[in-house]
Amino acid sequence: MDKSKIQEELKEIITVYVPDKKILDNITLEHDLINDLKINSAHIVDIVLDVEEKYDIMIEDEAIMKMATIGQAIQVINDKLEEK
Amino acid sequence: MINNRVVITGIGVVAPNALGTVDFEIALKEGRSGIRFFEASQSLNFRCQIAGKPMVTEKYKSQFFDDYYQNKLDNNAIIYACLAGLEAWKDAGLTYHQDQIDFDSGMIIGSGALGLDGSNHAVFSKILKGNVKRLGSRAIPESMSSGAAAYLNKILGLGNRVLSNSSACITGSESVLLGYEYLKLGKAKRMLCGSTEGDGVFIWGAFDAMRILTSDSNVNPTNGSRPMCKSSVGFVPGSGSGSMVLETLESAQSRGAKIYAEILGADVNSGGLRDGGSMTAPNSNAVVHCMKNSLNQARVISDEIDLISGHLTGTKGDATEIKNWNKALGGTQDQFPLINTPKSMIGHCIAAAGSIELVATLIQMEKSFVHGNYNIKEIHPDITAEIPAKSIPVHTVHKEINTAIKANFAFGDLNCSLVLRKWQDG
Repeated sequence: MDKSKIQEELKEIITVYVPDKKILDNITLEHDLINDLKINSAHIVDIVLDVEEKYDIMIEDEAIMKMATIGQAIQVINDKLEEK
Repeated sequence: MINNRVVITGIGVVAPNALGTVDFEIALKEGRSGIRFFEASQSLNFRCQIAGKPMVTEKYKSQFFDDYYQNKLDNNAIIYACLAGLEAWKDAGLTYHQDQIDFDSGMIIGSGALGLDGSNHAVFSKILKGNVKRLGSRAIPESMSSGAAAYLNKILGLGNRVLSNSSACITGSESVLLGYEYLKLGKAKRMLCGSTEGDGVFIWGAFDAMRILTSDSNVNPTNGSRPMCKSSVGFVPGSGSGSMVLETLESAQSRGAKIYAEILGADVNSGGLRDGGSMTAPNSNAVVHCMKNSLNQARVISDEIDLISGHLTGTKGDATEIKNWNKALGGTQDQFPLINTPKSMIGHCIAAAGSIELVATLIQMEKSFVHGNYNIKEIHPDITAEIPAKSIPVHTVHKEINTAIKANFAFGDLNCSLVLRKWQDG
């Protein structure tokens, strides 16, 4: 799947968990979900569940650890989709 | 010892027949029923297939919620408590900001069976199917008894005491009593007090099994809840939330807040599951004791009472309750004040009953009316043996209410009584 499409869809998924939506206007691949987007760390679990449902993939605990930034999250999703 | 006067400066409600206090006033006056038929109860072989459940719309939620609360919160008890609490807070003229914490304010938001709300079915079935990994971060706060206060305080940022009491059907009135006592002691300037109950077959089922729910009105739901009526066979379960901002008189006056009423006295006690008291029935001596204590503390004599907001669920306990009121008030039959309950319209909202009914009482004090006890075809003879029929209005009447007393009784043999006086300016 096109990575830019995944980025667009990922942004849609995380929006509800981002307290200050203005940050989303200039989102980059380097943005850290917790430190930059200020997403509560408890919501990482929710984002993983939303992503798993959206793409019908399973993300193991080790992979979650590698999803700190937008770019890394896209990479994990992309890898899982290619495994399918 | 500090002995602050305590007043109520804000009210909010989510009820089966209305969302918000403005619509609730209209609903109470016109006798609008919020009791509906529930197909799930029928398909699961419930005897009682009706209930009162607030019709919360996305539009109503959007007035108070951000997109996370709007789209992700599932637990109805929490949703109702947040909506009623925010309405009360705003009604009191108070504000909040996500970067501010207010150490002068706290909250007491009680709940009954919060974790048994129908929304948690998804949680239970995921666990039972071995999919515990698929539970999200809301599974804990949406099942913990303090969940309503926790979610509400994420919005408000109150830094004083945040407590969630749980005491079955007195939960709502007790939350106000606890806030009143706390403010009297000078521990905070204001407390948001209220309670909430969710809905669904997990909450209603156990009551249905006890055979204390109305089973004769599945085809005519709005007629099901008939407190004080001779033909009443049980109560109709309900859900929702009521909320009130309690404040020291000094704090309210210093910021020029509108004051609905002063809490003059309050008492909570237990019948000890002794002397006729049990898990499900009250010890009448304790009930009378509780009512009298609240009046003594308020220094109010029974002649001064303009309105009794009863518990009056529609079970055979109604007649016992009337006897107890009569005893507590001195027993002069002709002098008995007006008595009502909104349960004919909204059912028995269990842990939310006390808070919703207190909000109803405050609206009636504020707008000078006493709403009807609807659905009564014939008053139960055990009740008319105690008090005159004219004390039980069946339609809304205009009436100046200066002093009101409100009581609730609960499983576990618990009683709570509060005495309110309308605030007169100057």
